[in-house]
Amino acid sequence: MTLISIDGVSRRFGEVTALDSVSLDIRQGEFFALLGPSGCGKTTLLRILAGFEQPDTGSVRLDGADLLAIPAHRRPVNLMFQSYALFPHMSVEKNVAYGLERERLPRAEIRERVGAVLETVGLTAQARRRPHELSGGQRQRVALARAVVKRPRLLLLDEPLSALDKKVRSEMQLELKRLQHEVGITFVVVTHDQEEAMSLADRIAVMNGGRVEQVDAPADLYERPRTPFVAGFIGANNLFTGRVTEKGLEVDGLGLLPAPAGPVEGETAMLAVRPERIRLGPVTEDQGALRGRVVDVSFYGGVSHVALSLAGHDRNLLAATQGRARVETGAEVAVSWDAEDAALVPTGVSGDRRA
Amino acid sequence: MTARQPARLLGKAAGRVATMGPGFGFLTVFMLVPLALVLSYTVFRRGRFGGVLYEPTGENFTRLADPLYLDVVIGSVKLAAITTLLALLLGYPTAYLIAKLPARWKVIALVAVVLPFWTNFLIRTYAWIVLLNSEGPVNSGLKALGLGPVELLYTDGAIVAGLLYAYLPLMILPLYSAVEKLDPELREASANLGARPARTFWSVTLPLSLPGVLTGCVFVFVPSLGNFVIPELLGGGRRIMVGNLIRDQFLKARDWPFGSVLALAVIAVLVLLLFAQAWAARRAGRGA
Repeated sequence: MTLISIDGVSRRFGEVTALDSVSLDIRQGEFFALLGPSGCGKTTLLRILAGFEQPDTGSVRLDGADLLAIPAHRRPVNLMFQSYALFPHMSVEKNVAYGLERERLPRAEIRERVGAVLETVGLTAQARRRPHELSGGQRQRVALARAVVKRPRLLLLDEPLSALDKKVRSEMQLELKRLQHEVGITFVVVTHDQEEAMSLADRIAVMNGGRVEQVDAPADLYERPRTPFVAGFIGANNLFTGRVTEKGLEVDGLGLLPAPAGPVEGETAMLAVRPERIRLGPVTEDQGALRGRVVDVSFYGGVSHVALSLAGHDRNLLAATQGRARVETGAEVAVSWDAEDAALVPTGVSGDRRA
Repeated sequence: MTARQPARLLGKAAGRVATMGPGFGFLTVFMLVPLALVLSYTVFRRGRFGGVLYEPTGENFTRLADPLYLDVVIGSVKLAAITTLLALLLGYPTAYLIAKLPARWKVIALVAVVLPFWTNFLIRTYAWIVLLNSEGPVNSGLKALGLGPVELLYTDGAIVAGLLYAYLPLMILPLYSAVEKLDPELREASANLGARPARTFWSVTLPLSLPGVLTGCVFVFVPSLGNFVIPELLGGGRRIMVGNLIRDQFLKARDWPFGSVLALAVIAVLVLLLFAQAWAARRAGRGA
């Protein structure tokens, strides 16, 4: 069921187009991520949902009702700010109670709900502390509790994990997912960190230059990028641009590369091959096979990365193998992959349809 | 311990003396010493033509309890307090709006706030006489509307107007800096949690700008309390403020000891106020 329906939303700031005709549906109860580099418009979209900005054109509906007509303080939408924006002059419990007091709920109910949510985020012992007496992770949980306690229809999270160190990050990541499951609120997280988005979200909208490039589940985004931007942005990828033929992709200088059946023959397209899909083998007499010279091998424990230079290609090819790499720097190897393991992306079509 | 360490400590101390010395020296010679003199005068008899006779007495203090003088002190505190309150009520919205202006307009507005200081204080005060007298533009306006003439000049109201005019910038500037410092996301967070703009102001903006409010209040109250030019020019000498009284004790009545007691009373009020301000600022600032 669709909770939020964003339709043709555009917003300009002077000469800058922050959002260019964005349309998105966010479903009831899902964990949705807006992912993109800084300046892609994701924060503007978030601020429009929260009511701090109005779009120039387009509509936003929540349960079918016009959300844009409702002022920020009456929307059933709560935001966890990137800076947390905790009230420095109020204790943890006062911060959390603030939103409930605005609803003029009975004192007993406020106390009960504040107590319950502080227990959920594990801050019962810190209830009377001021924000400056807390650690970064604790502050973040106060911010989360303050937003969740309102039981909003939609919870917005602006770069929720960016200010935390690595260990706390993974903890919070799990906690966020657990909490989302528990409270059943629709979460929309805004982030520039694809790992954060991939690990948290049910669906991700990849944004670039004020436009939505692709909306899909994390695994689908990874395996089947539909625009060159997504192919280059999500994860490591080896990209080749060439002409689609019956047998594969014809790339200048490299010859025919294995590619799945895809767009119209004769058209220009981009081939994306994941490093872990690339096979390295001994050089054979096969003239058609791709050959590369190993320029670097890095061992990461579980995986090894091998960088290869291909004659006729200006960028190094990256291959990932399980465990220790069986090739050495300077060696000549044959490079191959299965056609169906690669993704073919039409270059004529981009999310922004201007390319 | 190496031999260099004491030398370095000495160098550090010398550096401190060199940087802080001139300022402290100036304050000692021109503030602490005079203050100590004033303090010592309070316990001696007056000299016949000014100065003091070094005969200890307590009657200077008992005289302060005389309703004649006590009323002057209380009345001055009242006028200064009214001025401060009005300055706060006028200054806060002004400071708030300036803080929200785009950067370019901010500078212009701040310059406009400080601009009156470029003109001589006395001239500006005389201008109020012109404005407020029975034939002045204000009364002509009121007359034209059939509401006047009203006696404006030589009233407490005129004194308050003069003090307010003179010291309003001292309220606006600290308030502006306090409001400007506030994180706009806190206001957004408040709205996001369901607070109407008025609620956000009372629960978030005002408490967090309280240190600025207190600073502004002290900046206005202190010079208002001690001022003696405005009560004389705009109050027409009908209302004596404690500043006038002190000046008169020293220059006209030539009663230095009693003048010193009055000065001490003013200082006591101000010190109390500063303590209150420091206490409240610390309380408000603890979270910030």
